[in-house]
Amino acid sequence: MGKTPRCRANLDGAIMILGIETSVEHVGVALGDSRGIRAHSMLASDRRHAESLTPMIKFVMQQAEVSMEDLSAIAVDVGPGLFTGMRVGIAAAQSIAWSLELPMVPVCSLDAVAMNTDWSEDVVAASLDARRGEVYWALYRMRGAGAEPQRLTEPVVTSPEELAIHLADRAESVVCVGSGFQRHAAFFDQSAFANIVGPQSQFPTASSVVTLAAHRIAADATVSAREIQPLYLRAPDAEINWTTREAQK
Amino acid sequence: MSDITVNESTVVLAIETSCDETAAAVVMGGNDVLSSIVSSQIDIHARFGGVVPEVASRAHLEALVPVVNSAIEEAGILPSRIDVVAATAGPGLIGALLVGVSAAKSLSLVWDKPFVGVNHLEAHLYAGLLDDPTLQFPLVVLLVSGGHTMIIEMRGHGDYTVLGRTIDDAAGEAYDKVARFLNLGYPGGPVIDRIAADGNPHAVEFPRAMQHEGLDVSFSGLKTAVMNHVRRNPDVSNVDIAASFQAAVVDVLCIKTIRAAQQIGAKGIVLGGGVSANSSLRAEMTRRGNEAGFKVALPSRAMCTDNAAMIAAAAWHRLSSDGETSLACGAYPNLRLNAVPR
Ligand SMILES: [Zn+2]
Repeated sequence: MGKTPRCRANLDGAIMILGIETSVEHVGVALGDSRGIRAHSMLASDRRHAESLTPMIKFVMQQAEVSMEDLSAIAVDVGPGLFTGMRVGIAAAQSIAWSLELPMVPVCSLDAVAMNTDWSEDVVAASLDARRGEVYWALYRMRGAGAEPQRLTEPVVTSPEELAIHLADRAESVVCVGSGFQRHAAFFDQSAFANIVGPQSQFPTASSVVTLAAHRIAADATVSAREIQPLYLRAPDAEINWTTREAQK
Repeated sequence: MSDITVNESTVVLAIETSCDETAAAVVMGGNDVLSSIVSSQIDIHARFGGVVPEVASRAHLEALVPVVNSAIEEAGILPSRIDVVAATAGPGLIGALLVGVSAAKSLSLVWDKPFVGVNHLEAHLYAGLLDDPTLQFPLVVLLVSGGHTMIIEMRGHGDYTVLGRTIDDAAGEAYDKVARFLNLGYPGGPVIDRIAADGNPHAVEFPRAMQHEGLDVSFSGLKTAVMNHVRRNPDVSNVDIAASFQAAVVDVLCIKTIRAAQQIGAKGIVLGGGVSANSSLRAEMTRRGNEAGFKVALPSRAMCTDNAAMIAAAAWHRLSSDGETSLACGAYPNLRLNAVPR
């Protein structure tokens, strides 16, 4: 089980991807492929990710009449986001992939949030609240409805001020999406360039996780259950403090 | 979920991630350990001088799949032979517990086998029984670790009463704090145990708090007494301090445990938890317990510290008595000894 398992197609040539989303306050599960979403479920769970996730996977699969043997790949939002939530989703996803010997697709939460915007020529800024007065963010160019957005910058964690300055420096109209903008709206309200998308699309969805994964699978970009890595972007506090102390010695 | 009759051939895969060990084990019939893999994070936490929850959670996730895979490989079984999937549901560090619970519930779903969420404290009681199945109830179990110090009456499977507990620091916590104060590093238990062997346990008569009454213990005053003594006598040898400190801890634990065994008419005394790997505690409890007429069971050191074999053993008994746990089970950081995760 060391190398990445091949993606199994069903008899009719279709693939079936299970997508898991737990990197934000919501829990989401979806099933589908590049041709569309077969089923999805979402719960505003107030961080009870572990309690909700397994029953939700069971429910979604039952409703869609998809059995474990029908699955071709497991996709999971690997962050950046809530550390504990991300780990619940990744632990579940990699256990399923490991036991069924299926390939995995790690999906960045910000890529999925960017998918919440309608197609436009404008640059898209996707941002999630990182707590402690910081935001995760990355910039994208959209390539058409349902297509994989093109990343213009890699995901980072900064203060909302820094993001606002970065957007202002671009001096072009930017579509702003995600909880980072909702939570820190005051920093962007004055900007002539930032168009904030409504609060109903502030979180990544499991359906976008599946759609993005379908593109990666088509490009053969999968990993094994052992290789999947969370995208934390921030070291644990204890490590930051320890590094600071060592530097001062 | 398929109905299951729990018997001698029932195979449990268990996962333990409550603190700083990522562990998985395969156990048949509640006591036949086919494999027990433990990946310790001690080296990762050493520089911080204690277990850092976020660091622990990250390390659990990294170790999870390799550890579970090794447990199944070493057991020499196919995954299809597994009848039950269990995980520690509490008490412990919430973020750490969730990694194991989430993984175990997913495996239960994929394989369509019952899931059992296990109480970590109860599992420590089973660790002693795993090594010596001839033990008879009622038993007194001294559960001593970095997080817990409890004297427990075990009347039967799933039937416990906490007779005494620490009113402040856990025994392992006291070892860690004294070791840090003496600049001996982390974790404190093994290093103090090692150097105490060369010291004089009577060099300093440290206080034995509440030794004359009750079954509760306290280590906070002892820790303060050690610090005060070293501050007043800067030239005192660490070796003698370690030996005298350890003598006080062991003395109190033996007095209280044997008192509890006498009060309930126990048929034996069992040690459990990381601190019960301490060589002085093992020797003294055996000597004094036997003198008082009690059989003393010392689990192997591997069974004293956190492991998943004990989780599997507890799961086997709980599945027989209470049935499976819901897949909506979460993690319960403050779970009490008698609480069963639902
Ligand atoms: Zn323990």
